[in-house]
Amino acid sequence: MAKETSIRVCMGPGGIASGGEEVLRAFGRELKKSNVKAALKKGCSMHHVGCMGLCARDVLVEVVLNGKTYTYQYVTPDMVSTIVSKHVVGGKPIKEWLVDDSYVNFIKKQTKVVLSDCGRINPESLDAYIAVGGYEATRSVLKSKTPEDTIEIIKESGLRGRGGAGFPTGRKWEFCRAVESDRKYIICNADEGDPGAFMDRALLEGNPHAVLEGMIIGAYAIGADSGYVYIRAEYPLAVERLRLALKHAKKKKLLGRNILGSGFNFDIKIKLGAGAFVCGESTALMYSIEGKRGMPRITPPRSTEAGLWGKPTVLNNVETLANIPYIIRNGANWFASFGKGKSKGTKVFALTGKIKNSGLIEVPMGISLRKIVYDIGGGIEEDKKLKAVQTGGPSGGCIPASMIDINVDYESLAKVGSIVGSGGMIVLDEDDCMVNVAKYFLQFTQSESCGKCVPCRVGTKRLLEIMERITSGRGKTSDLALLEKLGNDVKSASLCGLGQAAPNPILSTIKYFREEYEVHIAGRCPSKVCKELLTYSIIEELCKGCCACLRACSSGAITGEKKKPHRIDQSLCVKCGACFEVCKFKSVDRE
Amino acid sequence: MASLATIFGSGAMTNSIREIEGMDVIFIIGSNTKETHPVIANKMLKALRRGAKMIIADPRRVPLVKAADLHLRLRPGTDVALLNSIAHVIIKEGIHDAEFIADRTEGFEKWKKSLTRFTPQYAEKITGVPPKDIIRAARLYGGSRRAGIFYTMGITQHTHGTDNVNTVANLAMVSGNIGREYTGVSPLRGQNNVQGACDAGALPNVYPGYQMVSFPLVKKKFEEAWGTSLSGKEGLKATEMMPAAIKGKLKALYIMGENPVLSDPNMNHTVKALESLDLLVVQDIFLTETAKLADVVLPATCFAEKSGTFINTERKVQLVRKAVVPPGDAREDKWIISELSKRMGYPMDYESSSEIFKELGELWPALAGITHERLRKRGIQWPCPTKDHPGTEYLYRAGFPRGKSSFTPVQYKPSAELADKKYPFVLTTGRNLFQYHTGSMTRRVEPIEVHAGEPYVEINTNDADKIDIANGDMVSILSRRGRIDAKARVSEIVPAGMVFVPMHYHEAAANLLTNDALDAHAKTPEFKVCAVRIKKK
Amino acid sequence: MINLTIDGKNVIAGKDMTVLDAARRAGISIPTLCHHPKLTSFGGCRLCLVEIEGIPRPVTSCTTLVGENMVVKTSTPHIVELRKTILELLLSDHPNDCMVCEKAGDCTLQDLAYYYGISENPYEGERRTYETRDGNPFIERDMEKCILCSRCVKVCDEVQGVGAIDFAYRGFQSKICPPFERDLDCEFCGQCVAVCPTGALTGKLWAHKGRQKNVNKVDTVCTYCGTGCNLTLHVKNNDIIRVDSAMSTWNEGWLCAKGRFGYSFVSSPDRLKTPLIKKRGKFKEVSWDEALDFTASKLKNIIKKHGADSVGGLSSARCTTEENYLFQKFIRAAVGTNNVDHCARL
Repeated sequence: MAKETSIRVCMGPGGIASGGEEVLRAFGRELKKSNVKAALKKGCSMHHVGCMGLCARDVLVEVVLNGKTYTYQYVTPDMVSTIVSKHVVGGKPIKEWLVDDSYVNFIKKQTKVVLSDCGRINPESLDAYIAVGGYEATRSVLKSKTPEDTIEIIKESGLRGRGGAGFPTGRKWEFCRAVESDRKYIICNADEGDPGAFMDRALLEGNPHAVLEGMIIGAYAIGADSGYVYIRAEYPLAVERLRLALKHAKKKKLLGRNILGSGFNFDIKIKLGAGAFVCGESTALMYSIEGKRGMPRITPPRSTEAGLWGKPTVLNNVETLANIPYIIRNGANWFASFGKGKSKGTKVFALTGKIKNSGLIEVPMGISLRKIVYDIGGGIEEDKKLKAVQTGGPSGGCIPASMIDINVDYESLAKVGSIVGSGGMIVLDEDDCMVNVAKYFLQFTQSESCGKCVPCRVGTKRLLEIMERITSGRGKTSDLALLEKLGNDVKSASLCGLGQAAPNPILSTIKYFREEYEVHIAGRCPSKVCKELLTYSIIEELCKGCCACLRACSSGAITGEKKKPHRIDQSLCVKCGACFEVCKFKSVDRE
Repeated sequence: MASLATIFGSGAMTNSIREIEGMDVIFIIGSNTKETHPVIANKMLKALRRGAKMIIADPRRVPLVKAADLHLRLRPGTDVALLNSIAHVIIKEGIHDAEFIADRTEGFEKWKKSLTRFTPQYAEKITGVPPKDIIRAARLYGGSRRAGIFYTMGITQHTHGTDNVNTVANLAMVSGNIGREYTGVSPLRGQNNVQGACDAGALPNVYPGYQMVSFPLVKKKFEEAWGTSLSGKEGLKATEMMPAAIKGKLKALYIMGENPVLSDPNMNHTVKALESLDLLVVQDIFLTETAKLADVVLPATCFAEKSGTFINTERKVQLVRKAVVPPGDAREDKWIISELSKRMGYPMDYESSSEIFKELGELWPALAGITHERLRKRGIQWPCPTKDHPGTEYLYRAGFPRGKSSFTPVQYKPSAELADKKYPFVLTTGRNLFQYHTGSMTRRVEPIEVHAGEPYVEINTNDADKIDIANGDMVSILSRRGRIDAKARVSEIVPAGMVFVPMHYHEAAANLLTNDALDAHAKTPEFKVCAVRIKKK
Repeated sequence: MINLTIDGKNVIAGKDMTVLDAARRAGISIPTLCHHPKLTSFGGCRLCLVEIEGIPRPVTSCTTLVGENMVVKTSTPHIVELRKTILELLLSDHPNDCMVCEKAGDCTLQDLAYYYGISENPYEGERRTYETRDGNPFIERDMEKCILCSRCVKVCDEVQGVGAIDFAYRGFQSKICPPFERDLDCEFCGQCVAVCPTGALTGKLWAHKGRQKNVNKVDTVCTYCGTGCNLTLHVKNNDIIRVDSAMSTWNEGWLCAKGRFGYSFVSSPDRLKTPLIKKRGKFKEVSWDEALDFTASKLKNIIKKHGADSVGGLSSARCTTEENYLFQKFIRAAVGTNNVDHCARL
């Protein structure tokens, strides 16, 4: 395989969005046209693969020639014929299109476990997964390990839930194993809902069999004969690949009755979610599968005692499950060798925001935030100043630049008021308004609240209203205290994780960026983000009277004759900023 | 009710409503419990939540079918064939309660023989119920020892109503589902105090407490108690009074709080009967269709204006308390009766209703232990023979009053009037959720009138298609006795070949259509089956 | 049996009891809005939060089972603060029109606001407002007063088996309504009205019939079917203004549409108020003496002429047992025939 020429086109979420399908088709056309097979006197395989990671530079294309891998970035269909003729046929890589050192760093500084096959293999081929060792773990578990042994391995590995809460997976399995019942279920939570997080999607699109294999092993360990993948309908490609994977696995007797002749029966159904964020909460998710409204219930009883249809149920996140086959294959100690303290193994993060290398990264738990931002991420866009890193999505918090050396693990992040969560990581620079960022996340949680408990339903609404007040210049000095009091009460009194974590973005930004709030209340947005706090005016001395602003203004607020300084009528201005953008002479002042 | 009394010794619900919650199998036949006894249906739902199974035998897809495990959609009037067949399967599969049968019943072998032909396949021909469902019902009901049967007028209002009740009782006995907690045969009584009226002797053949007027010793007891001589001849049943009036045998009728014009079958016939009387006295709270025909109308009081007791379907005596003063010159019924009695030369002076109840208790031991004073705390189920007796939740714990109770062989007989070419539909009448009986009360309740104030006829979708009737069309329903007009409600609630008309609406009185053929023993009219024709208006 | 300590008091409870039940049985009150003893627990109002030693966050006592040696504190300053916040939040989205609300004086939300002294609303902000009224004739649904406690949803599903209403929408806009927000079309048993802790669900018949003050509550038995549900008539100025049923009755407080809303016939203008005698085909109002004398003499004549068996009496399943007894005694003893029956078969 190593000697064979192959071309891999990234068709992860980023790859597709950047035109991966067209690029793939172009390769097909060009390879045929130039009759590569004849030219090389050997085969050249071309396939699409899952997310390669560096989404910022999609479409990424890897050409493996004579055992060496070359990665092209920003590939468009019109570049393909050149790549084929010069590199694939001609053997000469096109240097200026290849990725630079920063990409090498991006890849090198990562530690890929769960993503190791993602971006390398064809996700629509069961054989491709088997070729890299897939289903070996299933075979070995079913053949030579008791469920208890299996649970013991997972416990020793120290794997914790990658969906956010970080509950030890082995212990969860053990609880469920211990409950007597005629029926048990294992559910894969693929209801990835955090804005900006797409690791589950990438995994399901890039290596769906690893998730299925994790479920099979989990089902065997707890004694379930039936499983569900609860996946949001907004992920059509993931659903399609999952369906295909299920079909292939069934055909190979990896699912269904008497799996691999072991006598173990297990089957998986797909259940589409309707995109409610709260359905990522375990009990709400189970109600949703049952056809009821997705509303969390109070635990206990835990799902492991009474979950889906009242039966003992294990719910694991996609990334958690995808780790399972690798742990079984390589051993608990191997997995535990990554990570620090109580946080073992690796974690996938969706690195986004004002960062040079935005994309999907996998790092050992406990790595410092600085390494992520500067080594892997390549630093801040336009080399601006880092302000904070928001982790954990809408339930998370903001870590200020001053804490850049913090270790990224469950305990350390919790200590500073944030969470690992599902792995969203948004880098904020000096131009970002922390009050606005907090407001954004609160808007999200408020509209996604299920409405069941008062603190979340009404409390987050009131928090949001205060935030809206502050960002629109109507803030009161007492508002900060009110935010803190209400925020803490909502945290303490809410029923489920959604409400309990909803105030985190506010509380953590107040904690680290209090003065930004105070300045807002005084009537100014220092980052010039909060529209209603801005005033646009024209600096007469600089205005050439070109009328560009006048034409751009949609509200008729700008008046003035040609070649004479223009004026903005503040009573009509809607603060859209169009004048500011069009003025070539920097004569529009924004304050 | 009378036939149940013949079999077990009492015509009341053998067990109590509370026990429904603890039953494992609930078998409802001929009762639309969710609409006619909604709060009892709630108890049933509670049992289902606990895991109980429910079987419903009814031609209509009544609301509880949604919650039931099995719906036996028999043809109207074929209950005997269905129940006999269920019994047949129970015995064939050997799940009957042999010990109970040996200890507490008689006539089993003879009865068993009478079931021979009632194989599920044979029953299917008569009832239309698939054999596998009959077998499943038999296994569910017969296989449980915590199973109760519930029925109402769907069983009794047939010319073979007594036969129906007998087959129900047979089923309870063969599976031993009687005489223990969480079992029983439960006729759900349709009116607030129909039990009390029966218990108090408002029946032509018995004195209070079901004591036969034809037994000289009994008669003597009451003559002594009441201080006058009494007739030993059984009187006329309500349904016999109308023909007697037409024949000129009955000259005067005193009606207290009833509306036979609407409630009796064959309304034209009833009106004619009442009009032929020399004297019709009607005592009521409204000028009902019957009162309009009266010579004298006496304004009476409703439940909120008087004190006394109602006895519910589970034999529970409960206290009714006066809450408001009656309007105008309306008087309590007991005052009116006493005044009339005084003028007839038989004064009856009672200080209060509790004194009347005490007298009743002295004449019937089952109520002897109950006083209004005791009822202030809570209702008590009779029999309650002594002042310290807690009342009786379920009957026949220690045996049947008659010693052993008998199996009654019953053969299937078709209804008196079947659908034919000229009248191709079977009509069933009954109640709906919102209106009550002849509507004299509920039709004067505004929200009920707004929501359910319009008469209608339920027709099956396929039938409606065939005769070109759409939902909401006005149709005429004609029988050999009369005609009414009502809006068609086209649905799957009634099966093909059947229509249903609620009895509540005077403007489309179902009893203009019904057949006044009676059950030979109970004299109950056949409201549940008569032949009609439907015409689009 | 489980031993635990609640607010320093030693309490013995059954092992299936919740902390809330155990506390209330021990005479320790914990406020609730969504909890209802006849329904499965919901845990949404969060008012019954308590602190339990060893558990890091406050837990809802309505869902937490008692445990051996558990140490519970029901009203620490923190818990009281949380409750106040919750009540403030609820009231910040409530019309607060108690002075015209049908439920005033009988409203759990009002009671709790009073008890916790919630006099100010610290939150300016949006309040849910709904323009349309539910057109059904029985139940007034004022969804602006709804606190989404779910009792109505649960009672409709768990007790009535109907499921006519459920939660819709998300976030602050969450609301309880029938499918597609159509008018309610259900069994109108009013169980939802009975369990509603605020003025969101009331009887349309109740409106402006009088406050809870000086209401005479009379326990009696329903006049409709043979079930014999116990109910309570609320009487004011000789008028029944409302009917309900206590949870402690054998029917658990559940009624049907007729029992709960079918009472207004009592005060119908159609009620007969004077005796009538038909003269030449027309009814004439007469005195009781005239009516009774006329009837008695007519009856006596007929008996004389045709015998007692030419007279019949139809008694009533609607009347009391005592009246039935009296009626049959009248027919048997005063008239002298057994021609007495009632509508048992009809």
